[in-house]
Amino acid sequence: MENAIEVADLVVKRGGRLVLDHLSTSMPVGSVTGLLGPSGSGKTTLMRAIVGVQKVESGTVTVLGQPAGSPKLRPIVGYLTQAPSVYADLTVRENARYFASLYDGVSRADADRAIADVGLSSAADQVVNTLSGGQRSRASLACTLLSNPKLVILDEPTVGQDPVLRDDLWQRFHELARAGTTLVVSSHVMDEASRCDRLILIRDGLIIADDTPSAVQTQTGTNDLEAAFLKLVRQREDEGVPA
Amino acid sequence: MNPRILFSTAGRVLNQLRHDRRTLALIVAMPALLLTLIYYVFDDQRLVFNHVGLIMLGIFPFVLMFIVTSIAMLRERTTGTLERLLTTPLSKLDLLFGYALAFGLAAAIQAGVVTAVAYWAFDIAIAGSFWWVMVFAVADAILGMALGLLASAFAQTEFQAVQFMPAVVLPQLFLCGLFAPRAEMAGVLGGIAKVLPMTYAVEALEQVGRYTSATSIMYRDLVIVVGAAVVALALAAATLRRRTD
Repeated sequence: MENAIEVADLVVKRGGRLVLDHLSTSMPVGSVTGLLGPSGSGKTTLMRAIVGVQKVESGTVTVLGQPAGSPKLRPIVGYLTQAPSVYADLTVRENARYFASLYDGVSRADADRAIADVGLSSAADQVVNTLSGGQRSRASLACTLLSNPKLVILDEPTVGQDPVLRDDLWQRFHELARAGTTLVVSSHVMDEASRCDRLILIRDGLIIADDTPSAVQTQTGTNDLEAAFLKLVRQREDEGVPA
Repeated sequence: MNPRILFSTAGRVLNQLRHDRRTLALIVAMPALLLTLIYYVFDDQRLVFNHVGLIMLGIFPFVLMFIVTSIAMLRERTTGTLERLLTTPLSKLDLLFGYALAFGLAAAIQAGVVTAVAYWAFDIAIAGSFWWVMVFAVADAILGMALGLLASAFAQTEFQAVQFMPAVVLPQLFLCGLFAPRAEMAGVLGGIAKVLPMTYAVEALEQVGRYTSATSIMYRDLVIVVGAAVVALALAAATLRRRTD
């Protein structure tokens, strides 16, 4: 399968600390890749490198055949930051319509549809300030998805959402993937891992597993991904690999 | 630059102002209230009020727009909307000129109100036309806005941002010729005054106060003030980094 993202030997340092340590991986077109790992493991940094907003020390990130962050990618890559980055003093609809206006051929109707897709229609004319944390992050998600990007990078999109909504969102992600969109979704909740086509487990800037959820489970002899993650970490420690 | 993105960015900034009624009220009314204060301070010194009041018509919009825009841009940075915007097809100039357009419009309203109050409530004696006063008040506001956008690049917190106001504004105010005539300043100070844009903003308003029709100095000063604003906007664009640590 063709790869939407190729990461080769990526090294990122922040504040003198090695955050990503010669990391290499790839993600096929039309897949949902889960980026899992504890807080501080380097998930966000990897995502930022894929979007092209992260200064990198060495290595390359190629996105849809272009170097990450190249101007040609801006119309076709959607990025959801971990903290909802929408204007708190505007309504959900005003936010969505503004972000829609930044893309060629994306209409106000597309903005309204994106709001409906994240289940915010009834709050569309509410100022973001007055929304709950979960609603805010969905408002931000709507602004990411409205331009129908070919590659979608979502940093913890389901945090604070109720289980029904979380389920809806995951179904939506898979619909997008079936339509050919590539998605990278980070989470620190292991129970979301089983929802992904592929898993990349990161710890301390190193990839400790990069496979399908079932393969990770088989490899570790457990059907619980939380336990699998633990087992992989312990294995590495036993082998003397600095964790 | 893309006109659609430019105008929608300006519209978005105005929309934010519209939602913040108190800020809107402050922008429209505060300079007029401050001018009222100055009027009563110089109650029996009409000539002084004619001079100081006129200069204030340029300085109030400059100072207020500096503060408002430096905070607005700092908010874009700290809430992550700036990083998000820079991952979209929006160009840096679309963003900065979008701000310039929106706050330029707000400044025009502000300048219109305070100038009207000066003319009709306080009967200020200005030889030149109301419209020239407006032109310079708006130009000064745009200069303040451009410097505010630039200053916000060097501020990481609101505490820093608000302190840039006295750092950038007060030296220009002290040296612009309002407190002491520029001709009498020590050589070094006079030289510094010559490279500070507010000097020309004040000089232009003094010309408007003195002459009934536009002078060549006024045109030159307008070019200098607007030119300084454009340079500040270009420098501000250079400080917007798509890739950060």
